[in-house]
Amino acid sequence: MTTPLIEARSLGKRYGNVVALSDVSTRVDAGAVTCILGDNGAGKSTLIKILAGAQSHDDGDLLVDGEPVRLERPKDALDRGIATVYQNLAVVPMMPVWRNFFLGSELTTGRGPLRRLAVKDMRAITRSDLASMGIDLRDVDQPIGTLSGGERQCVAIARAVHFGAKVLILDEPTAALGVKQSGVVLRYIAAARDRGLGVVFITHNPHHASLVGDRFLVLRRGRSIADRIKGDITPAELTALMAGGSELDDLSHELGATSL
Amino acid sequence: MSDGAVVTRPTTDERLTPTSWVTRLLRRPAVSAGIAALVIFVFFSVTTQSFASSAGIATWLESAATIGIMAVPVGLLMTAGEFDLSAGVMVGFSGLVTGVLTTHYGVNVWLSMALSAVACLAVGVLNGMLVTRTRLPSFIVTLGTFFVLQGVNLALLKAIIGQVSIQGMNRVPGFRDVQWLLASRTSIFGMQVQASVWWWVAVVALGTWVLTRTRYGNWIYAVGGAFESAREVGVPVKRTKVALFTATAGCGWLVGQISLFRFGTAQSSSGIGLELIFIICAVVGGCVMTGGVGSAIGPALGALIYGMANLGIVYAGWDNNWLKAFLGVMLLLAVLLNNYIRERAEGLR
Repeated sequence: MTTPLIEARSLGKRYGNVVALSDVSTRVDAGAVTCILGDNGAGKSTLIKILAGAQSHDDGDLLVDGEPVRLERPKDALDRGIATVYQNLAVVPMMPVWRNFFLGSELTTGRGPLRRLAVKDMRAITRSDLASMGIDLRDVDQPIGTLSGGERQCVAIARAVHFGAKVLILDEPTAALGVKQSGVVLRYIAAARDRGLGVVFITHNPHHASLVGDRFLVLRRGRSIADRIKGDITPAELTALMAGGSELDDLSHELGATSL
Repeated sequence: MSDGAVVTRPTTDERLTPTSWVTRLLRRPAVSAGIAALVIFVFFSVTTQSFASSAGIATWLESAATIGIMAVPVGLLMTAGEFDLSAGVMVGFSGLVTGVLTTHYGVNVWLSMALSAVACLAVGVLNGMLVTRTRLPSFIVTLGTFFVLQGVNLALLKAIIGQVSIQGMNRVPGFRDVQWLLASRTSIFGMQVQASVWWWVAVVALGTWVLTRTRYGNWIYAVGGAFESAREVGVPVKRTKVALFTATAGCGWLVGQISLFRFGTAQSSSGIGLELIFIICAVVGGCVMTGGVGSAIGPALGALIYGMANLGIVYAGWDNNWLKAFLGVMLLLAVLLNNYIRERAEGLR
């Protein structure tokens, strides 16, 4: 088996005397989607904060490319090619799409006091990169706040891919979206996977997970209750594990509508 | 560049309804300030004799310039989501430091100016550090430095020279040289234009360049528009804000030096109250109080409106106090307009 991009071995995290995460193990492989599922308060956020470098773990080992690491700040994760797309998408609503795309990593031209933004290049790259991900944007100059939720999500994903992410962590990308929009985002997750990225897909929707997932980590109350690969688990089992079957009817209804 | 295959597409897209250039123009927040400035110019030109005369124009341009040099950085700071209430009293502080060092201690005039600059920039850095480190609202932090500086200006000046104003500035060696740089007149189209106007133009040009064409400008919009998002994508949010507070203090220093060498004196109370005028100019110029939207030209136009109204009301023979009422009305109109534009632009449901 090849070295996973990320491997978690018995990870744990405490906040004072509160145990937020305990003994969680999983792996993220290149060209595969690892889904992290769990209800609110299950520890999903804590786990991605550790992977994204927003917080560091207290117990266990975190291996990136087979090497034990401790990510102290988001930049540590970014330097290792781990990009996180948070729920707020880290976009500035009032700014044009292209300015958002390059925010923090702007291209410049010229030297010294004449060093300036390469506006033309950035516009063109934004347009072509989004197009290559299948996002056909009307106008890269429009404020990103005027895009739909799904489009914004896709811009954020395309941005992470452009800046050389090897691992893409997506924090509930489909949470606030309608059925159709969710389908669009799931397609981009599959597109990123097909480009050879390792994707960490956090969701509390087992049906979205089973559509694109290769590995499923289910968390409950800070502990791992399942870490299975595709084929080892059925969508129904996944749902049952996660929600105890209580919302099964609602969800299976949604599943029918989102089949790709 | 990582991607060589740039897809060439037509610049127009059938899904975009062609927006007329008028609509596009009106969407820019600074444009409404420009229109307001034009209306005010026409109004006072028609109703008064001396407003549109060359002497009149030179007078209100100077009035606008001293306010405008400060309104630009205050506007940029507002775009980044912060206030600087110490901006007005900084102008007084700047002049007093130079004045005391030259007239009382006999320090070389250029060295005094440099020391004054160091003092002002230090206060700016302190403002920025306090705001970014503590995450307290800049309103409170700079209200604090405002009162500290005000007290220092009043009490320390009295303690050192026993008076409330700097005297004998024009007897200082080198006074004329500095005056040539900061407060000389240039004759253009029969107008005696003060040097402050050129400095104002320079500050606006620099502000516009930085804001629209540099990485730093991108960051200013970002920290004001969505602080957490900016931080997450790696924008040095703290450095951006500290630099802006420092730039504001630097412009405060410039205006302080200009008025010291223009009038040859400085009072311990000078600058107090101007901070709100700067903020009004920035808002009238389309900067949004909560950050994320703004320009350098907008606040400059706001200052132009201030300068024209300031002198126009005098030329029209009205009670000078109407200026305050006028500014209040302008502020309210601008805020309502900004709010409307922002809701349209953001398009967030």
